[in-house]
Amino acid sequence: MTATDAPRPAPASAGVPVLEMRGISKTFPGVKALSGVSFAAYGGEIHALMGENGAGKSTLMKILSGAYQADPGGEIWIGGQKAMIDGPLAGRRNGIAIIYQELALSPNLTVAENMFLGEEMSKNGLIDRKAMAAAAAPVLARLDAPFLPTTKVGDLSIAERQLVEIARAVAARSRILVMDEPTTSLSTHETERLFAVIRQLKSEGIAIIYISHRMGEVYELSDRVSVLRDGTYIGTLGRAEISADKLVRMMVGRELSSFFAKEHRAPPHDRAVLLKVEGVGDGRRIHDCSFEVWAGEVVGLSGLVGSGRTELARLVCGADRKTTGRVFIDGRACRIDGPLDAVEAGLVYLTEDRKALGVFLDMTIRENITLEVIARDARPGGFLNRSKARERADAAMKALSIRAPHTNLNVGALSGGNQQKVLLSRLLETKPKVLILDEPTRGIDIGAKSEIYRLIDALARAGNGIVVISSELPEILGTCDRVLVMRDGTIAGEVTGTPEAPITQEAIMAVATGADVQRAA
Amino acid sequence: MAEMRSGGAGDTAKAAALQESRRGSMRQMIQVLGMLPVLIIICIAFELMSGRFMSWQNLSIVAQQASINVVLAAGMTFVILTGGIDLSVGSILAASAMVAIMGSLIPDWGMLGVPAALAVGLGFGLLNGALIALANLPPFIVTLGSLTAVRGVARLLGEDTTVFNPELPFAFIGNGTLFGVPWLVIIALAVVVISWIILRRTVLGTRIYAVGGNPDAARLAGIKVWQILLFVYGAAGLLAGLGGVMAAARLYAANGLQLGMSYELDAIAAVILGGTSFTGGIGSIWGTLIGALIIAILTNGLILVGVSDIWQYIIKGLVIIGAVALDRYRLSHGGRT
Repeated sequence: MTATDAPRPAPASAGVPVLEMRGISKTFPGVKALSGVSFAAYGGEIHALMGENGAGKSTLMKILSGAYQADPGGEIWIGGQKAMIDGPLAGRRNGIAIIYQELALSPNLTVAENMFLGEEMSKNGLIDRKAMAAAAAPVLARLDAPFLPTTKVGDLSIAERQLVEIARAVAARSRILVMDEPTTSLSTHETERLFAVIRQLKSEGIAIIYISHRMGEVYELSDRVSVLRDGTYIGTLGRAEISADKLVRMMVGRELSSFFAKEHRAPPHDRAVLLKVEGVGDGRRIHDCSFEVWAGEVVGLSGLVGSGRTELARLVCGADRKTTGRVFIDGRACRIDGPLDAVEAGLVYLTEDRKALGVFLDMTIRENITLEVIARDARPGGFLNRSKARERADAAMKALSIRAPHTNLNVGALSGGNQQKVLLSRLLETKPKVLILDEPTRGIDIGAKSEIYRLIDALARAGNGIVVISSELPEILGTCDRVLVMRDGTIAGEVTGTPEAPITQEAIMAVATGADVQRAA
Repeated sequence: MAEMRSGGAGDTAKAAALQESRRGSMRQMIQVLGMLPVLIIICIAFELMSGRFMSWQNLSIVAQQASINVVLAAGMTFVILTGGIDLSVGSILAASAMVAIMGSLIPDWGMLGVPAALAVGLGFGLLNGALIALANLPPFIVTLGSLTAVRGVARLLGEDTTVFNPELPFAFIGNGTLFGVPWLVIIALAVVVISWIILRRTVLGTRIYAVGGNPDAARLAGIKVWQILLFVYGAAGLLAGLGGVMAAARLYAANGLQLGMSYELDAIAAVILGGTSFTGGIGSIWGTLIGALIIAILTNGLILVGVSDIWQYIIKGLVIIGAVALDRYRLSHGGRT
């Protein structure tokens, strides 16, 4: 096989692809993660790789980086030559750099030290910090980085740390750069800056493989999109052919009739106020936040990353201590000193950081789902009511269609979407009145996303009050009745819409960035 | 030709898959059975080498030798399941044993020595727990401190002498039997069974695993983490106190300087050998029982075979390191996507 029968060479590319993976399969015990996947990328193209969680994207990239070995029979060609990638070092030597979602930097080292980690420059056997800083400076300048080579990585924002990873790849003269969901924790502004950097790398002839769940980004950025589903290669679309409909169909294998299931209506504002937050602040970042949530309503909490959305949610639900303000649930003033107080009052919080703050990976699905209610269900003497727990878990599995063979399986073995459903089930078991959902669909596949939107809608119809925090504006627009927008640690405004004039992204962004104030002034 | 190549590739892929799945099932077996096969192999090996290991009498001696460590290791299991460590159990054992003997010397009220010793153990354990859970100090540091301080208390109690009581009212605990089974063994097994019930059949046990597996998530889930930590360190202290009673009853004496010296290391080794993860959240009390038995059998068997005590140390150390290596292997399951 030569480049001639490769699917649709990108415009910039002539001749041989920088990277070609042929017939890659990977078998894990009991699971075939990849079967016969072929994939090619040319220098100077941005090639998006899409697919649901579990489709095999990460496995494919881990094989490319040398973290996994492909089953015998698969081949990797780099720059027209067959390459043996039998470990992470071989991956690096072949000019492959991967930037994972969880950045792999040492916060206590400087930018330059991180960039040359593992390939430190030395003089007389001692580390040569000056030389490393000098070598790092031009790379950082090229990427327009707003920090110095001698800055400690721990002092940088997530977006800046990402830039350090990119700089590391550039300094290592990587020809293939893989980015796994790089915008997950970036604000809109930071995302735009990242895109500018990516485009620059593209113009320098680097092949960029861009893994993302976000349709908008893929649209904006990529020259070609390849889709994987269930470990097989489905197809590749050229820039002109890319459409959301087509991509969704390729990823899910079926039409998505309505992605955002919004059937509930915004309730009239004479309904019961389920959650009332009055002047809440923590004396540091969050100050004077007040809002209300009515029964049967979905309220969006939007704002740029760093505007204090998660911090506010944590204060309201007792995860962190508030210094000012009061919280009323269902009309009663509640003393919330810890998460338990909030749960008992009927307020639950879904964390944005599922793995670190949400699920218990080494515990079973059943234990995870029932964790917050085992004390309520317990027999005298604090003994577990195991039949009740089994009933609850089985019912929850069915209600949220959690895909697992049985409830005795460790949650760590589930996909992100199913883990999220387990976490949601745990909260729902407490029979909450108000739910604060922080990035409810982060890092989960499109099918599970749609199911969670349907669940939010159903909860609203059942008369719950719901707050959705999300960095994805389409998600806010698709699920919420009105939107609170935060800026600099307080609620800067509220955006409402009508069926005739629905809420727009522009209106939210105007408040989030402060453009509305400037315009008025 | 392309077909031929792909056919060959299919075969090798199949073979690799089979190998991969075999490796997976072996990993699973290690996880389920833990160190039980190792225990059995060691027993058979010592029987073959010495010819008298498997005698009823010798096994009874092994069980008695293991019993105190089983009790300490049960407490240690609770602690390590929360991701902590308790280095002070040996010292607490010594202090409790001193209190047990001194209490037993009270005329007519000698049995008071037992509850007094348990109370002392519980007290020191709760003190550890309070410093860790309420003052937020690292468990290693806190219990390293109490390892030294409580040892001092133990010496202080007997004014640095050995205290005796030849008429010990609870001597049956250390030397008597019930239906032919030594009381030491009965107590140790009872501790294991009660620990299992707590860990696997109560709300408290589930919360212990939750706190160990993910303390931040546990807090967000409404679990009062400090209560759990106070319980596990209290339990470790109480069981160290019980260990003190057992040791005192066996010897009719206690010595604040020597008794229980470096017992905490054997207890930790038993827990780790039993497959409990050092980072918390994973493990079982049955594993700990097997771990403690392996340590006791190694000691006993190496003596029977005639290995010098210097080599006993070396061999025991290597076994512990090997077991931890196994633990790492067990935990390194490859994730996907």
